[in-house]
Formats: sequence, structure tokens, C-alpha cells
Amino acid sequence: MNLSYLTDPAHWDLSAPGGIPQLILSHLGYTALALLLGVIIALPVGLYIGHTGKGSFIAINAGNAGRSLPTLGLLMLMVTLLGLGLLPVLIALTVLVIPPILTSAYAGMRTLDHRVVDAARGMGMRSWQVLTRVELPMALPVLMSGFRNAALQVVATATVAAAVGLGGLGRLLIDGLAVNDYSRVLAGAVVVAGLAVLVDLFLALIQRWIVSPGLKGS
Amino acid sequence: MITFEDVVKVYPGGSTAVDHLSLELPTGKITTLVGPSGCGKTTSLRMINRMVTPTSGRILIDGEDVAGKDEALLRRGIGYVIQHAGLFPHRTVLDNVATVPVLLGETRRTARTKALVLLERVGLSAEFAKRYPAQLSGGQQQRVGVARALAADPPIMLMDEPFSAVDPVVRAQLHQEFLRLQQDLGKTIAMVTHDIDEAIKLGDHVAVLRAGGHLAQFGTPRELLAEPADDFVASFVGRDRGLRSLSFDTASELPVKPVDGLSLDDAGRPLGWPGPSGLQPTGGAFTKEDSLRTVTDLVISSPVGIAVRVGPDGAADGLVSHHDLADYLASRRS
Repeated sequence: MNLSYLTDPAHWDLSAPGGIPQLILSHLGYTALALLLGVIIALPVGLYIGHTGKGSFIAINAGNAGRSLPTLGLLMLMVTLLGLGLLPVLIALTVLVIPPILTSAYAGMRTLDHRVVDAARGMGMRSWQVLTRVELPMALPVLMSGFRNAALQVVATATVAAAVGLGGLGRLLIDGLAVNDYSRVLAGAVVVAGLAVLVDLFLALIQRWIVSPGLKGS
Repeated sequence: MITFEDVVKVYPGGSTAVDHLSLELPTGKITTLVGPSGCGKTTSLRMINRMVTPTSGRILIDGEDVAGKDEALLRRGIGYVIQHAGLFPHRTVLDNVATVPVLLGETRRTARTKALVLLERVGLSAEFAKRYPAQLSGGQQQRVGVARALAADPPIMLMDEPFSAVDPVVRAQLHQEFLRLQQDLGKTIAMVTHDIDEAIKLGDHVAVLRAGGHLAQFGTPRELLAEPADDFVASFVGRDRGLRSLSFDTASELPVKPVDGLSLDDAGRPLGWPGPSGLQPTGGAFTKEDSLRTVTDLVISSPVGIAVRVGPDGAADGLVSHHDLADYLASRRS
């Protein structure tokens, strides 16, 4: 085990273009973009399917199909079709985060106590009020666990961006391997793992803050 | 007044839930809808606030067809209480109660202030305001459910088995408080229950429905017990209906004999019946306002077969033996 690359202060220079801080930043950038796109696409679909019960096979099968798609293979396919650039990377990573978000949105809506929803309607809430004031807040714990799941996967997988010439922590792995610098490869692996833990902790804090105390422990 | 005009509800599967129901629920009174499962009582209730749409027929509130009103606005004007309360688990008790006023456009602040008053009204102290439903007992949740339905002061309340999820002791207590509340508020209440005793105890009027959504009988509890329309109602009302019907008459006209043989204290209050081994307790006494059922019970449980009547000051002022009671009940029948 050689941690010299990781512990060398020169590699932690904030302004250095290939330094670890810059790589973390671009890594987080891909992650955030993919999650944002994933939420925009999968959340409404999952909520709709869960709310209406229509097309639940889509939610279930999307989850299974999505998980069996190799992200690297998909990325190469996209690069072949679209050429190099950010877009193929974003597509590959978004496909990765859609299944957990879709299935958790679906599951969160399906497992709601229908009596509470019935009460909400019976008290005179309109459909969108039932959704935003009752269903979403109640489904939030399940939604958040799906989102955290997606975030963990994409943080770990965003290393593929380096394979097609982009940045991110994958650079340490690809470049390290290319020049047989295993200390650099190890640094990349450690930082990715640490980042995944930190991102999950951060999301756990957010979850604590936005989920009503009344839903805890239930 | 809520009017059902020849209402039919057939579900997509083809099963008839409500079959040509015509009914009038009088303003300011409690009407209980009671019957076995599958009799369409809940479906009927839910058609009033349009949670269920009738297949044919009309439902009118004070002469206006509910079908012509905006669904959400109609519902905001009707209190709705369901079994297990259906409280919002993610909102505090206070915010649960404030729900409808906020929907109606009140600020959260005023709605909360009013909600606090309502909580006290249903017997919950202010310390419950900040709690979440999961932290309450079933009985407390049900009280919050009632407070939430009352929050916008709707003239009509729909209650679907509101007391069935709590244990018998708490239920009896909730019944008492509910009747006391209704005495102050005078809401038009439609309440669904499968428990005939509850229907009779709480209802000013009772609608007995039978499987398939037919109205078997509509009447006051006394009418139901004294003159069941058919065998179905008679068997549904159950045994002891003769005894239970005595609950509706007071002992005000029951003749009494002078007090004799009973040990009294200085103020004339009964102490007990002298027996070979000292005083035997009377087991209680009745007043003119008590029901004949209470008197019957006292006569049966008394060690000497005699019930003691007391005046407002608690002093014994008359005795009723089981012969006297039997004679009086016989004379009432003729």
C-alpha cells in the first residue's frame, strides 16, 4: 500500500487543474447533473404511476432493466453515436440513476396509507393539494432513500467520464493505470469511496431536516 | 336537511351497493346509518360529499343538488371524520386541526389559534398541540379527528365509524362527550356504524339498511325498538329490545309507595336495608329523571327487590317493588 500520491500536499492544491480538489469538483458536477436529470425524468413518472396505479409494470421492469445495463458499455455506445463530450456521459449516468428514483417514487406512493389520502380528499383538498401537502411529504422517507441510493451509485460510477477524456476522479484511475502509478490509482479509489460516504452523510442530514418528525420510526 | 332522492349506486363489477334509497336526514339532528357489512351505509354517506358518485338519483343539501357544486368547495363545507381518524402523520396535531381553515384561505396563524380552542373543546389540553399523531392513543387521535372536522364550523358532519377503533371504555366516554358537544353545536350529522347499540344510543333517528342497499326501516330509536318493521330489523336490533326500550322513558310517572322499613340518616338519605347481619346496601337509588331501565335494574339488583327513589336533595321519597314496576309496565302497554 502506497499512499504517497494521496498524501502529497502538491496534489491537493486548490488551483491546480489536475489536482484532487479540481477533480472532486468536476466529479460532483457530473453527479449533480445526472441526479438532476434523473429526478426531472423519473420522479414525475414514478409519482404518476404510483398515484394512479397505471403501468406499474413499467416501474418494476425499468428498475430491473436499468440495473442490468452496463454503464461503461452504454457510454461507449453513446460516444459512438454522439461523439465525445459531456452529453454521452450525462446520458449514461442518468440512465443509471433513473431506476432507483423511479422505483422509490412508485413504492413511496404505493405504500401510502390510503385512509389518510381519503381523509385529505374528503376534507376538500384538490388533487394537486393532496399530492403536494399529503402524499409527497408522507412518501418523502422512501423517496429520499431511493435518491440516496442513486447518488451513491452515480458517485461511484462517474469515474467513467475519464474513460472518454473528461475529468472527474476517474482521471486518477485511468491515468494511474496508463503509467503504472498504482499510488495514484489507490488515491483515486480512496477519494471516490470517501466522497461517496460524505455525499451520503450530507443527504442523510438533508433527509433529517426535510422529513417530518411525525414520520420517524414508522 | 340532507335528502336522498331515489339514489342508486351500482359498482362497475355490477354489484348494487345502494338500491333506490330515499331518505331525509333532518337538520340539527344525528342520523345514524346502521346495517351489516355490504349494506351500502358507507357508500351512502360518501355520496353526500361526492366521494362516491351515484349511478342515478339525487342528493340534496337544503334543496340544492350536490352534483351541481364544486367538489372541493362542497367538501370543505362538510366535516368528515373517518375510522382510525385518518390524521396526517407528518403534521402536528395543531396543524391537522387547522387544515380546512387554511384551505379556506385563513392564515396559518389564525387557523392555529382557533385550532387550539377546538382541541380543548374535544378534551385535549394544549400540550397535545405540538405532538404528532403517532404519539397519541387511538382515543386521542379520534378526538383530534373530530376537532379537525369541526374546525371550519361546518353545518354538516359526516362520520364513518368514528368510534369503532377504540376500546369499549374509551368509546363510552367518547359517546358521552360527543353527545354533549352536539347539544352545544346542533350540527346535522350523518353517522355510519355497524353497531346497533351505538346507532340507538347516539342517533336521534336511525336508518337500518340491509344487504344489497335496501332501507329496512327509518325511525327514532324508540320506534325501532318498539315496532321493528320486519323480522330483519327485529333480529338486527337484537335481544333485550323490550328492556332497552325502557331507556327512552323516565320514571316521572311511575307511582311509588311511602318509604317504610329503610334505614335513613338524619337528612333522610337511604343508608341500607336492615337485615339479620346488619345493614344491606340499597345498591343505589333513582330520581324522577332516571329511565325506567335504571329502575328495573335497581329493582332486580336490590337485596329486597325494592328500588328507592330519592328527591333532588338525596332524601328517600318513595319505594318501588317489582310488583309495582310490573303493574306499571303492564298498564303502559294497554
